[in-house]
Amino acid sequence: MSVDTTTVKKVASLARLAISDADADKLAPELSNILGWIEQLGEVDTAGVEPMTAVIPNQLRLRDDVVNADPLTGGGIRDALMSNAPEAEHGFFTVPKVIE
Amino acid sequence: MTDLTELGIAAIRDGVRAGTFSAVEVAEAFNANIAAAKALNAFLVETPEHALAAARAADAARAAGEELKPLAGVSIGMKDLFCTAGVATTAASHILEGFTPTYESTVSQNLWDAGAGMLGKLNMDQFAMGSSNETSAFGNVISPWRRKDGGNAPLAPGGSSGGSSAAVAARLCPGATGTDTGGSIRQPAAFTGISGIKPTYGRCSRWGTIAFASSLDQAGPMARDVRDCAIMLEAMAGFDAKDSTSLKLDVPRWEAGLSPSMAGKRVGIPKEYRVDGMPAEIEALWQRGIAWLKDAGAEIVDVSLPHTKYALPAYYIIAPAEASSNLARYDGVRYGLRDLPQGAGLQDMYAATRADGFGSEVKRRIMIGTYVLSAGFYDAYYTQAQKVRTLIARDFQAAFETCDVLLTPTAPSAAFALGEKSADPIAMYLNDVFTVPSSLAGLPAMSVPGGLDEAGLPLGLQIIGKPLDEQGVLNAGLAIEERAGFTARAGRWW
Repeated sequence: MSVDTTTVKKVASLARLAISDADADKLAPELSNILGWIEQLGEVDTAGVEPMTAVIPNQLRLRDDVVNADPLTGGGIRDALMSNAPEAEHGFFTVPKVIE
Repeated sequence: MTDLTELGIAAIRDGVRAGTFSAVEVAEAFNANIAAAKALNAFLVETPEHALAAARAADAARAAGEELKPLAGVSIGMKDLFCTAGVATTAASHILEGFTPTYESTVSQNLWDAGAGMLGKLNMDQFAMGSSNETSAFGNVISPWRRKDGGNAPLAPGGSSGGSSAAVAARLCPGATGTDTGGSIRQPAAFTGISGIKPTYGRCSRWGTIAFASSLDQAGPMARDVRDCAIMLEAMAGFDAKDSTSLKLDVPRWEAGLSPSMAGKRVGIPKEYRVDGMPAEIEALWQRGIAWLKDAGAEIVDVSLPHTKYALPAYYIIAPAEASSNLARYDGVRYGLRDLPQGAGLQDMYAATRADGFGSEVKRRIMIGTYVLSAGFYDAYYTQAQKVRTLIARDFQAAFETCDVLLTPTAPSAAFALGEKSADPIAMYLNDVFTVPSSLAGLPAMSVPGGLDEAGLPLGLQIIGKPLDEQGVLNAGLAIEERAGFTARAGRWW
């Protein structure tokens, strides 16, 4: 699979990564190489094989329906949650204006 | 007095218990070694006070006649992938610079609860993506080992847990945490002449560990020998309701169960691991490992893992796919770096922040992951890779019908020089050829030192076990350790 610069830019946009033309030009052959190498997987006959969903059989659990059963993942920790925000005001995360 | 930094975890624990030396003396000795080893760049953050506080608590408990905790008096290094409350945690990425967690990861909390103290946060490949520690945003870790050719070329300590491996090998800490997604505990352990075990997927909680590829990530210990790994893993492992893939099982008493006898055990030798172009030294190492396990009473059987060659390409779909999803959270809004160009809108802010904050290998993997998950390609890549993963797991299952553990080399070469492979991503990826298959199958696997190559650099042997049979893996590791008599160490040049 050959990846061209246009595809690289489209994927970068999907991944929310700003990319310069020069970087896209550089990345295109790199990704082509890696994807070309990966493509050998197509040789494997996987007819009737289920895709793996869990490496070790495990049943998903339900937690008890209790508020703040584990304080680490419970509520009432707004200040802790926001303490690492690059910009926060009045207990809110701030972002650039998204509506006109 | 003996140099306390020459002691491993068991010896420190026992010495503190017996009162031969104090825990504070131990912490001070390691703090001093760390302060004198800046040239290795193994630590991103040093936390001498954390280690001293835990040491003082251990000494006070002993003075009061209390029963000491399992790791009382033991100071360790913490890979920077584990969130530590109040201590900067960056996963060696610029995008998390300035991030100070307000909570503690389960694995690190388990270690503190067991009485251990923290010497500092260890450098690593950025977001654990790399096999040489060259992707850290804060500089390469330099291996304490050097080739004996006198060239002094700086060598890779392995990756991604390269700060951990270098620190243990250089006696900056008696043990360190690592994480292993495709070999990130075992390959660095092999490169630096130490031991490391990745337990069965689900043994150690992933809560509070910065995510790379969630279906593969597992924490584990790296230490000087097998016993020390067993002790440390006992403290790290355990059920955690906060991780949905955590296994609800008691933690076995691995240290008490250690036995170097392999009588009645069968050791499988997978023929597909004899890869093209494997150096003769690696083959010779493997043969020595086989002889040692035979000598310990094991029967050697040939086994086949037919899908081995597809493990790496499957891994390089699955891991980047999961990474591209996991790393979507770094958006410049809630934590870490924000890059807001003049007049930029929200979408531009996301893209600028992520372009600025992530290193090139991280971006490369996000791009691969985004591509293979994108509309039209999902089934051809991701679904096919997960099907191949099923076949790889079945290979192991079939092999374990005729044997108890598998023995392979850990890596296809000894440590390479920094810069030697960094220009070619695929050459770097191939370094994980022996460690990735067991990761895809979620199996416990360990590397122990097996000897030196012609340049005087350590080589590791890998033992892979059945699901949940860490004991079998540790015991085979111990049988090798007792026979390998590996005493070589890096000469101190730093």
